[in-house]
Amino acid sequence: MLSRRQFSLGAAAAVSLPLHALAQEQPQPWEQAVKSILGEAKPTEAKLTLDMPEIAENGNTVPFSVRIDSPMTEKDHVRAIHIISTGNPQPGVATFRLTPQSGRAMVSSRMRLARTQDVIAIAELSDSKFLISKRAVKVTIGGCGG
Amino acid sequence: MSKPRVKLPDAAKVGDIIEVKTLVSHVMETGQRKTAEGQSIPRNIINAFIAKFAGNEVFKAELLPGISANPYLSFFMKVPGPGEFEFTWVEDGGNKIVQKVKLNVT
Repeated sequence: MLSRRQFSLGAAAAVSLPLHALAQEQPQPWEQAVKSILGEAKPTEAKLTLDMPEIAENGNTVPFSVRIDSPMTEKDHVRAIHIISTGNPQPGVATFRLTPQSGRAMVSSRMRLARTQDVIAIAELSDSKFLISKRAVKVTIGGCGG
Repeated sequence: MSKPRVKLPDAAKVGDIIEVKTLVSHVMETGQRKTAEGQSIPRNIINAFIAKFAGNEVFKAELLPGISANPYLSFFMKVPGPGEFEFTWVEDGGNKIVQKVKLNVT
C-alpha cells in the first residue's frame, strides 16, 4: 500500500491537486474515489479530452463529453470511462463501459455541479493503463438541490 | 415513467460508426434534498443503462445522483450487421424500462 503522502504526491503530479489537499490528514472523498479506480496505477495525461463549458450558469444540467484517441480494436480499446466530481456531495458521477464494438471512444451526457469545482475524467484501457484529465467549471447557480 | 426517446441514423451500412442518442424522463432524485418540513426525500434515480445490439451488450452506463434529471446519453457503435437495439433503463428498486429499436442497415 502506498502511504497517504506518496499517493497525494502521485495524484498531485497527475491531476495537479490543490495544495491544501496535501496538508489535510484525511483524503477528500473525491481523492478516495480516484484511488479506488486507479489502485496503484499511475495515470497519463494524454489522449483524453473532457469537454465542458468553462462557465455553467445552471449547475443542475451541465453538458459534458469525453473523447479518447483510441483505435477501439480487440487489442487496444477503452474499457471504461469514469467521471468524478471534486465538489459535489458524492464524488462519483458515472461510469461508462465500452467494448471494441463501440467503434469510437466518445460518450456525452449532462451532470449536476453543486458549486464551482474541477471535474475529473479517467479512462481505463484494455492494457490496464489509465488516462486522466480534468476541467475547471465555474458554476453560477449550484445544482443538487438542497 | 414515460417512453424514452432514441435517436439513430435513418440508415447505416455494415462497418459504419453510428451515434446513438437516448433520453428518458426521470426526476433523478439525489437523496440530498429535504421537504419544506425538513424530511429527507429518498434517493430515486436511474442507476443503470444497458444497450444491446443483436443480443450483444455494446454499451453500459452506471449512473449516480450526479447525473442530471432526464438523463441524456450519447455513445457510438460500429455496425456489425443488421439487427435491433434493446435499451434498458434500471431504476432504484429494480423497475426497468425496455425499448427495442430496429436499425435500418442497408
